[in-house]
Amino acid sequence: MSDQFLSIRQVRKAFGPTVVVQEFNLDVKQGEFVSFLGPSGCGKTTMLRIVAGFEEPSVGQVFIGGKDVTRLKPNQRNIGMVFQAYALFPNMTVAGNIGFGLKVAGKPAAEIRSRVAEMLELIKLPDFGNRYPYQLSGGQQQRVALARAMAPRPQVLLLDEPLSALDAKVRVSLREEIRTIQKELGITTVFVTHDQEEALSMSDRIVVMYDGRAEQVGTPFEIYNRPATRFVAGFVGTLNVIEGTIADPAAGVVTIAGGEISVGNRVAGRKAGEALSLALRPEAIALGRREGRDGLVTGTIREVSFLGSVIRVRVDMGGALVSLDTFNSPASPPPVAGERAEISFSSSDMLILDR
Amino acid sequence: MKANRFWSWAFLALGVLYFALPLIGTFEFSMKMRRGVYSLDAYWAVLADPRFQATFTYSVMMALATIVVGVLLVVPTAYWVRLKLPGWRPYLEFVTLLPLVIPPIVIVFGYIRLYNTSSWLPLTGTALGTNILLMFGYVVLSLPYMYRAVDTGLRAIDVRTLTEAAESLGAGWLTIMWRVILPNVLVAVLSGAFLTFAIVIGEFVLAALLNRPAFGPYLQLIGANRAYEPAALAVIAFAITWGCMALIQVVSRFAPRAPTQPH
Repeated sequence: MSDQFLSIRQVRKAFGPTVVVQEFNLDVKQGEFVSFLGPSGCGKTTMLRIVAGFEEPSVGQVFIGGKDVTRLKPNQRNIGMVFQAYALFPNMTVAGNIGFGLKVAGKPAAEIRSRVAEMLELIKLPDFGNRYPYQLSGGQQQRVALARAMAPRPQVLLLDEPLSALDAKVRVSLREEIRTIQKELGITTVFVTHDQEEALSMSDRIVVMYDGRAEQVGTPFEIYNRPATRFVAGFVGTLNVIEGTIADPAAGVVTIAGGEISVGNRVAGRKAGEALSLALRPEAIALGRREGRDGLVTGTIREVSFLGSVIRVRVDMGGALVSLDTFNSPASPPPVAGERAEISFSSSDMLILDR
Repeated sequence: MKANRFWSWAFLALGVLYFALPLIGTFEFSMKMRRGVYSLDAYWAVLADPRFQATFTYSVMMALATIVVGVLLVVPTAYWVRLKLPGWRPYLEFVTLLPLVIPPIVIVFGYIRLYNTSSWLPLTGTALGTNILLMFGYVVLSLPYMYRAVDTGLRAIDVRTLTEAAESLGAGWLTIMWRVILPNVLVAVLSGAFLTFAIVIGEFVLAALLNRPAFGPYLQLIGANRAYEPAALAVIAFAITWGCMALIQVVSRFAPRAPTQPH
């Protein structure tokens, strides 16, 4: 646990008979940005609130900086928190809000003033100190909330879906801003979101949660490219799931949509005739034959959607619809629905979903 | 459309006459103390009466004490119920409505029976004890107004998130109450306070039956013995009540404005 700054050990939380978080373990390094990603009701916010101290775990412990904080009150944990609903104090100015934590900590007025000015610079609102929250837009309010949470130099910064109330454009710019500030200050951060794009673009590591459990913990690259479970594969990114049958386990041959592909030794030890689910990302599939791709299946184009820089094509492969993305090129005409088409892929890109 | 507008104005005029005529009559009568001309003699007579000054001061002091105790009782209770015990709200609302259902005379007889000189807590045995008893009686009478005002104020802010935000910044309960919650419900608290003030200033039953020198019993005494002064006192009492209402309107302009909330 030596280089782990935030440690969550065997945490379980139940509200009456409903278990919300179970067997949750996580170690976060100092300065790391970790996201809890999952659908509504998966327990991610409850887990964050347990770290913050707003909820007490039924079982398990939380350590911050090596100290057991499980039974400490939120105001004794030295954490900073940003809420979805901004939660700025309406009776205080922006400067008053940012300086609140420092004032509570009994810091001298001069120090508070200088830290507030520093924070206002950091969030790029240097002239907004005397404004009230109602005079700010949603994005500005959330930046002030971020500055307020960071002003007292907390050990851990907790972000509870801070971007989900903002419109798309502000959300993208603010997530970049949050990540830049977090890196600049090197503050250990836990971010809760149900938006996979946010999690993938911002995090050092992602904890994908489902039904109160951590389904997988890994870097965005690992989570996206090597999902450990069927849920992770389906939740993160778009995925084509193709049902197949093991034809020859020793040779690694699997039958899909009437064709045969090789998946190497990944089905070794399994029985011939056993059904299995295979998954492929749309960007791993190409329309037509491509050099170096060992998987080739023929199907019928059912649907063509123009998405700007890419064209999404849905191909019927013996009853299973598979989506693939192809780059939009003004020089070549787009595929046409109803045409027969070959699709190719590398069997090494194919995921075998065991659970 | 035009006919509708006519009837609207007609009913409005009728309402205004219904409320204003008696007041105008009372005011006009209060100015007739000097024969043949309008004068403020009745007002001067009332204001110069040492009993007016004494009873009015007494009632003002009682009103201030009632407001302080009422705020200290109601604000933390309403806050706590909203934050931690939302299931208790209907019961609390029921309890705070009881003073509107139980007549003050029943309340005061209950007090006299419970706190008389031969009881376990003989509050009526001393002037101070009786004052305290009267003040708590006023707190009970003003409870429906104070609770509702504060509860409405709390409803307008996100109590839970603001509390959690303050807690995450290191604030304890006292700091949260004093620096975050109270300033944001101050206008509601002041509305409750002005209503309480108006109730206490004109209250008769509790003060008379507990035999305290309050403004209400003085109004009744003057009314029974003089001609013009009671009318002047009635106008003064109305002016105080309206002044309180006007202050509610004034302070509500200074309420912290709620920021835009996420949708």
